[in-house]
Amino acid sequence: MSLFVTLMAAIFVNNFIFSKFLGICPFLGVSKKVETAAGMGVAVIFVIALASAATWLVYNFILVKLGLEYLYNIAFILIIASLVQFVEMFIKKSSPSLYQALGVYLPLITTNCAVLGVTVTNMESGYNFITSLVNGVGAAVGFALAIVLFAGVRERIEKAPIPKAFQGFPIALITAGLMSIAFLGFSGML
Amino acid sequence: MELSSILFPVLVLGSMGVLFGVVLGFASIIFKVEQDPKIPLVRECLPGANCGGCGYAGCDALAEAIAKGDAKVTACPVGGQSTAEKIAEVMGVEASATERTTAFVKCNGDCEKANSKYEYYGAKDCSFENTISGGHKSCSYGCLGDGSCVAVCEFDAIHIVNGVAVVDMEKCVSCGACINACPKNLIELVPYNKKIRVACNSLDQGAVAMKACKVSCIGCSKCANTCPSQAIDMISKTNLTPPAKLAKIDYEKCTQCEQCVSVCPKNAIVKL
Repeated sequence: MSLFVTLMAAIFVNNFIFSKFLGICPFLGVSKKVETAAGMGVAVIFVIALASAATWLVYNFILVKLGLEYLYNIAFILIIASLVQFVEMFIKKSSPSLYQALGVYLPLITTNCAVLGVTVTNMESGYNFITSLVNGVGAAVGFALAIVLFAGVRERIEKAPIPKAFQGFPIALITAGLMSIAFLGFSGML
Repeated sequence: MELSSILFPVLVLGSMGVLFGVVLGFASIIFKVEQDPKIPLVRECLPGANCGGCGYAGCDALAEAIAKGDAKVTACPVGGQSTAEKIAEVMGVEASATERTTAFVKCNGDCEKANSKYEYYGAKDCSFENTISGGHKSCSYGCLGDGSCVAVCEFDAIHIVNGVAVVDMEKCVSCGACINACPKNLIELVPYNKKIRVACNSLDQGAVAMKACKVSCIGCSKCANTCPSQAIDMISKTNLTPPAKLAKIDYEKCTQCEQCVSVCPKNAIVKL
């Protein structure tokens, strides 16, 4: 039950984009079409799940054992970057069709602060392995949900008669702000 | 401060970095994907606009298809003859001559010539307007003039002139982006040097088309009967009585004698 609460909290209440404001760059950059947004969302879920597991292992079995906890930031970045590279190679070889679908987005995620954010949150909250994994997947699903919803709104906005001064990013930022306010409604639920 | 408190973290992080580097290095050998050496060479020859006019996802995808033999060396409509020759050299085959094509909007019903059934004040987007009872024009086949084709053209080759999209034949590279953008399926690729075109796509019955627009094809078949080389077919929609007809030029047969242009009672066939 507590895992379920963790999952729901990560998806809705602590939504990475709308309440923690992490991963805004891909959120604004890859949200022009629902299709590409969904691709990015799936890739992020995939990477964050793997990164949560890998960083938990490295943190608890290497950094803590050696008393080097303070190196977590730089170590996590190293792990995430190598991991994404490795995953990209693996997918390219084993499943070309999945690579076609995710390929463009995987390198983008390497420097996505949401991934680092999840792993640091896991570490700071002192979650165990399973909870870390659930929290990571939840946060990533929250990211995917936010980016797909936002892309849907942006597709509609494209067709609307927006005043010239607000066209493009200004209206996108205003929309993101309104969606963030909407997500505030989830706070305090859990 | 002890020296070891600096050295130790450096060593740990350094060895982690080296370890990951070695693993990645081995992984790149183990997971190496064999790539046809011709792909990058073919890719070099392509224009790199990634317009998708060839029907593939981009220039990279086309290069792969050409190298595999799935696509012809002449598959790039943008690069034309010169690109096809370069690719043919890479692939070691002969390039057959490609005919230059251009997009053409099969509607001439501008603001004065075509009648409207209502005033449209909505979003400037053809597919959007098209959802509202097929747009403001009385003719349900005509150009809506909101410029969805203009928005997708990467080459500034199509413009709205007096409510109708007009292709600039000199700039058009026939990538086909506008063809996909048009909700009325009004745009088609035609040979560049064939200047006699039917500027109407109306498959309404003659009487309906007559009322809707001053330059509509009413399917009278005069052009087809006049054409000395039988280059004009009347395509028809036979579920109506009388059947609706529309003139269509077979450009392979057309000799550009212009007899159809002068005989058309509605001036629906034009010489550009």
